[in-house]
Amino acid sequence: MALLVALRVSLVTLVLTGLAYPLAVTGLGQLLFPARASGSLASDLQGRIVGSERIGQAFTRPYYFHPRPSAAGDQGWDAAASGGSNLGPTSEKLRERIAAARARLELENPDAPRPVPEELLTTSASGLDPDISPQAARWQVARVAKARGVSAARVRQIVDSLVEDRDLGFLGEPRVDVLMLNLAMDRDLGRELGQAGE
Amino acid sequence: MTFAGWLQIAVFCLVVLAITRPLGVYLWRVFESKSRPLARVFGPIERLLFRLSGIDSKREQSWIQYAAALLAFSAMSLVITYAILRLQRFLPFNPQKLGGVKPALAFNTAASFTTNTDWQAYAGESTMSYFSQMVALAWQNFASAAVGIGVALAVARGLTRKRAGTSTVGNFWVDLVRAIVYVLLPLSVVIALALISQGAIQTLSPYRHLTTLEGGKQLLALGPVASQEAIKMLGTNGGGFFNANSAHPFENPTPLTNFLELVLIFAIPAALTYTYGRMARDQKQGWALFGAMMFLFLVGVTCCYAAEAGHGLGNLEGKETRFGVAASTLFATVTTDASCGAVNAMHDSFTALGGLVPLVNIQLGEVIFGGVGAGLYGILVMVLLTVFIAGLMVGRTPEYLGKKIEPREMKLAMTYVVIFPLFVLGFSALAAARPAALSSLANAGPHGLSELLYAYSSGAGNNGSAFAGLNADTPFWNITLAIVMLAGRFLMILPVLGIAGAMAGKKTAPPGPGTFPTNGVLFAALLVGVVMIVGALTFFPALSLGPILEHLAGRAGRVY
Repeated sequence: MALLVALRVSLVTLVLTGLAYPLAVTGLGQLLFPARASGSLASDLQGRIVGSERIGQAFTRPYYFHPRPSAAGDQGWDAAASGGSNLGPTSEKLRERIAAARARLELENPDAPRPVPEELLTTSASGLDPDISPQAARWQVARVAKARGVSAARVRQIVDSLVEDRDLGFLGEPRVDVLMLNLAMDRDLGRELGQAGE
Repeated sequence: MTFAGWLQIAVFCLVVLAITRPLGVYLWRVFESKSRPLARVFGPIERLLFRLSGIDSKREQSWIQYAAALLAFSAMSLVITYAILRLQRFLPFNPQKLGGVKPALAFNTAASFTTNTDWQAYAGESTMSYFSQMVALAWQNFASAAVGIGVALAVARGLTRKRAGTSTVGNFWVDLVRAIVYVLLPLSVVIALALISQGAIQTLSPYRHLTTLEGGKQLLALGPVASQEAIKMLGTNGGGFFNANSAHPFENPTPLTNFLELVLIFAIPAALTYTYGRMARDQKQGWALFGAMMFLFLVGVTCCYAAEAGHGLGNLEGKETRFGVAASTLFATVTTDASCGAVNAMHDSFTALGGLVPLVNIQLGEVIFGGVGAGLYGILVMVLLTVFIAGLMVGRTPEYLGKKIEPREMKLAMTYVVIFPLFVLGFSALAAARPAALSSLANAGPHGLSELLYAYSSGAGNNGSAFAGLNADTPFWNITLAIVMLAGRFLMILPVLGIAGAMAGKKTAPPGPGTFPTNGVLFAALLVGVVMIVGALTFFPALSLGPILEHLAGRAGRVY
């Protein structure tokens, strides 16, 4: 008796909360906030979709700002394999990885102040962190300016214009979206200029 | 530690405090009042569900009937979930053409979502089709949360009703349907849309292949995320759509959504303390529970924030830039106080003492607000224990809300208290002695022991968060954790319902001069003491070999 009711209740609630609810929210979300519901896709100057505003991607060239290291997937930045390193505070592997990242960053940024910001040595929880802190962005200004052949002040100005403050003034931390920053660099300073510095 | 960080924590507490009364009153009206709120809108849906399911909404159940209905429903939903996961490749909404989930993993996942644990031995984006996410997992998020609310209501009725001789505790089916129709579903719709407005995604399109700005390739996983995220937080389920859970920018795009998600975790558990006070016809009974919970929460968040903050920006391994250390440690404390288990940072990469806090929160029995319903019934068992201990100290028969507490109830309460450590420590010991289990650990040294201890604590506490380096998708871990999760849910619900039944029919005596008041600060303090002693003494030896040893070894410069 109880099992029969259980089956009926299961099927009824399954249809209501497992099908009707998500499908209705999908319809409403796509209607009210189509761009955001579809992943906040971002385009370059030519209108080509190059990623999502919300999802970090790899940047290695000197004329672009670089994100934090990523533990998503084997190569990092795999947007279909999110996750952190899960290495603990006494992990030898973690110490070695951080030391290697520090050495590489010091080599790539000879004109930047020491020490390297801790944040650029650590992987995020999602492995897809789209942001870096304003400090970590400013730390890279000298390298980017040199590679693009423009003044550091000009680059710094673009960085500062894209800093997002804490939400409502106290939630979370100030941040700069790396993809949006690099798109702004290409837009304001010219893509060709950047590529000439390669 | 920063001013903004503390402000975030303070505002969070105030918001939780502010919603406790209105939501608590709303819940009381839904479940206990003669006329329900918004009956025009929800009444027809409720009646349709009753009719389609063959439920007689007037009929009350004894605790045994209530338990039988609950077990039947949970067994049925476990089987359905298992079947959907196994058969996913034949089902619709599977644009990535993902194959069926393997038997051990499907069993683990079905047990996990049925028990409101939402432990995940899989990565959502590479394992689950949109159909499985919506129909199996999101549905279970509603159903298992509603079951928890039902048990809390049953035990609250047993303790507070004054109908000597009739020992019914409500009707499981009615509680289940009302929790979904009046509470979980409407709130989830609003929350999901709020999340989408901030950048959480909600789409049925296939994953998107992109060429990045530098010309690299990226495959962007998508899905109906926001609808699942809303109920995942509101129902303290915690199972992420993606592997990175609430750290993933599509699940939790901004610090503002993060704050919303935090409030949602505590919303119903906090409100239920008010509902309980209303049922007891003495609001202070509810506020005493709320006060004890809030105190334990503040201790936890302070310790965790202090441990992670360090100097500069603090320990950022496994944390997102937009959240930073304050919002990450707040989230870690809230998600483990309540048995939610969603994470916005990787607990495995916390400092030894920072990671100790979530682990201890779980081991205190998920009673610091706790899971929806589960927190209230958990703390009520602790209340009975406290009243009993206080009674022993003054040499009187213990009584609570005018009802005598007798050996039968104490035996049931002690059964509840013992089952949790028995399964956690028993299985941890078993895993620690098996090479096949240990090969799943991601970290060496004492941190490895913390990983496995965390896994079984999280399972038995029905939390679902993890020291996620552990590779839990092996037959050993899938099966043992499924057993632990089922035991931590149902072997603990049965004694609670037994208490509800035993207390329901008892005579109520008016308080006398020797009655120990249970609605004041003194009682709340004693309750905190009992929760701490029961939890801390049980687990201290194991913790000293895990996080505490790691802290000392780390200070001495050891790495593993």
